[in-house]
Amino acid sequence: MSDSARRELRPAGLSRRRFFGLAGAGTAGVIAAGAAGGVIGRATAEEPATSAATAAAAATEAVPFTGAHQAGIVTPAQDRLHFVAFDVITDDRAELVAMLQAWTAAARRMTAGQDAGEVGAVDGGQYAVPDDTGEALDLPASGLTLTVGFGPTLFTTDDGVDRFGLAARRPAPLTELPAFRGDAIDPAISGGDLCVQACANDPQVAVHAIRNLVRLGAGVVSVRWSQLGFGRTSSTSSGQATPRNLFGFKDGTDNLKAESPKALDQFVWVTDGDPGADWLAGGSYVVTRKIRMRIEPWDTSTLAEQEQTIGRTKKAGAPLGQRDEFDPVDFTKQVDGDFAIPQTSHVFLAHPTNSGTAILRRGYSFVDGSDGLGRLAAGLFFIAYQRDPATGFVQVQQNLRTDAMNEYIQHTSSAVFACPPGITGDDDWWGRALFS
Amino acid sequence: MSKPARERLSLVGLTGLTALTLAACGGGSSSGDAGTAGDDIAVAAADDSCEVASSELPAGVHQFTVTNSGSKVTEFYVYADGDRVMGEVENIAPGVARELRVELPAGNYEATCKPGMIGDGIRSALTVSGEAPTLSEDETLAQAGTDYQRYVQSQTGALVEQTTAFVNAVKAGDIEGAKALFPVARTYWERIEPVAESFGDLDPIIDGREGDQAEGEDFTGFHRIEQALWQTGDVSDMGPYADQLLTNVQEIATRSNDVQLNALQLANGAKGLLDEIATGKITGEEDRYSHTDLWDFQGNLDGSQNAVQSLRPYLEKADPALVGEIDDRFAAAQAELATYRQGDGFVFYDQLTEDQLRGLSDTITALTASVSQVAEVVAQK
Repeated sequence: MSDSARRELRPAGLSRRRFFGLAGAGTAGVIAAGAAGGVIGRATAEEPATSAATAAAAATEAVPFTGAHQAGIVTPAQDRLHFVAFDVITDDRAELVAMLQAWTAAARRMTAGQDAGEVGAVDGGQYAVPDDTGEALDLPASGLTLTVGFGPTLFTTDDGVDRFGLAARRPAPLTELPAFRGDAIDPAISGGDLCVQACANDPQVAVHAIRNLVRLGAGVVSVRWSQLGFGRTSSTSSGQATPRNLFGFKDGTDNLKAESPKALDQFVWVTDGDPGADWLAGGSYVVTRKIRMRIEPWDTSTLAEQEQTIGRTKKAGAPLGQRDEFDPVDFTKQVDGDFAIPQTSHVFLAHPTNSGTAILRRGYSFVDGSDGLGRLAAGLFFIAYQRDPATGFVQVQQNLRTDAMNEYIQHTSSAVFACPPGITGDDDWWGRALFS
Repeated sequence: MSKPARERLSLVGLTGLTALTLAACGGGSSSGDAGTAGDDIAVAAADDSCEVASSELPAGVHQFTVTNSGSKVTEFYVYADGDRVMGEVENIAPGVARELRVELPAGNYEATCKPGMIGDGIRSALTVSGEAPTLSEDETLAQAGTDYQRYVQSQTGALVEQTTAFVNAVKAGDIEGAKALFPVARTYWERIEPVAESFGDLDPIIDGREGDQAEGEDFTGFHRIEQALWQTGDVSDMGPYADQLLTNVQEIATRSNDVQLNALQLANGAKGLLDEIATGKITGEEDRYSHTDLWDFQGNLDGSQNAVQSLRPYLEKADPALVGEIDDRFAAAQAELATYRQGDGFVFYDQLTEDQLRGLSDTITALTASVSQVAEVVAQK
């Protein structure tokens, strides 16, 4: 097809990217409106057009890069993920600092919808290597957020070396996660000295951001592993409809939300007085776990088995024994002499009431094609933010030992990073407080 | 060979290949036309020593006579800063003496023997005093092309010699001898791959891999013989392939005499050689039967370093910070590769772990990021 022929297919006056951006956002809006109407049934039925328009605008807009906290944590979860973990391959602290400064500058531009470099993808002349790779030319900011974290091995390597004079600055909670029952952790896709979480409403925007940071890191960092995700599996704002994960269930109904600042302060943000607060206050710890879903056994189990495993209804996402998604979870309620929500169900064991804590989940579904046996290599790339991994993810996960869902999942990767607070000024950079 | 020949033409750009003009020039030149040498400096090269009769010289043309009393094939280089080659003789067999004539302006140099043809070599300081010539920017860049051309000629000379030895071993049915010579002959090929590949008609029949051929075309060249040596162990029907390989290599050597690259082509060629490592050697695709990919890796790396260093006098003025970064990263890549040396050669590709390959890949990625900036610097001229 020629370029002119391709142009024929587009509405007049819209660039190719603008056209696709609107089409995608429109689709998302329809889904959001449908979900809201079906689930909640509140008096919003007359407003779907307005909601869709708002969603469309938000999907392409820029998310502010600066603030007290890094964007990409309580930011309403975008639709797409590209998460990457790096090994630092230099022992030169100055090189590492220079890269973090270059990354911050590029991130500042890219989250605003600009090219990664000051010159741009096509304005540097014929003989220069472009300072942006170009695949996001003409694309809007698409809600891009870039969130950086520092792994335990940045402070002290596995064999005990303090490469960057940071060993004394490692907060005690930043330590590799313990082993959990049923784990099948692959070290090749676990751990890392640094991480960057890129989230956006357009997968190309997220991939573009990571690709350019990787390019800027040549000689300083090496990609250890990376993961693409789609279809956010949590809502982090009460303005978002609860999405479904690949089990077909709504996920994240009782998540910590941006609208609950008190709960965030208690469970998500590192606060003055916490270990490492001198550089980490206002930051958080991120835990990532690649959770393979055993799709085929799940798909051949009955609806009753599925709902008993999760503890919610599949259609509405209501706690078993209730009607609607946001009805209170009542673990005392009984049906025919049994607890409505089984004590081995995921909701029972993971719920703050029984786990004694709360975490902010921000995971994404993944499908890495199929495995060698023709089974879908799919699952949940679990991401959770918390004030302390020990009283956050670890505590929840230890409570899931008897989770009926364990029959259908397997954790295959594990990583933990300390995410510094937000970028506050024009000359601020990722890790400034840590490296100063 | 890693990409279709048609694509690779652009690496160097045939249109830019100009016939050699023997312009008078102030820098080094090693072949017989370097002028008359007033001296003859003996170099005693052994497996573990390299004794140069003089360490202080006046500026001008000098002749070195290198005698190899060791048991390994050796090479002799006169390096300027950053291992820029002022002159070299390749492929000095045990018991053989060879001459190098080279013009050396005032400056500090290192006389270097490389027994076994790998590694940093055995080095000694060479101080040349007198007037240092001042070259204009244009002259400096033109000199780069001349220097590199001399390098190419020394490599093609050695390539022909070692390919002859390889071909003779194949035709004599000396499997072990041929296996030992295969990666050695290829070293010279890989050092000048961008130039060799610029001859789109010859490259595929010298260096094509099985499956690269169009329908009806025969699988010929180095890799056809490699397949026979390592896969079937039967070279009884390789005679015609061996003869054809030598003929084609000789043709490359002849044609290369007329190739002079401009600064931009040198910059792109240096980067192209690193791309060859990233796409063909780190993947083990190049020598899929012999697994001697690290020899080729070394050849590409050396060739890239040489092309960049030929531009060094210009780059040192135009972008000294970049020169420093490139020096560091070439050193890092050389050091990383050196950890896989074994005897006079390297560990075989299929013995490398995933982690080790990643380490090699990381150093090449970093180096490529730096070398890729050279084109813009020389283009600003």
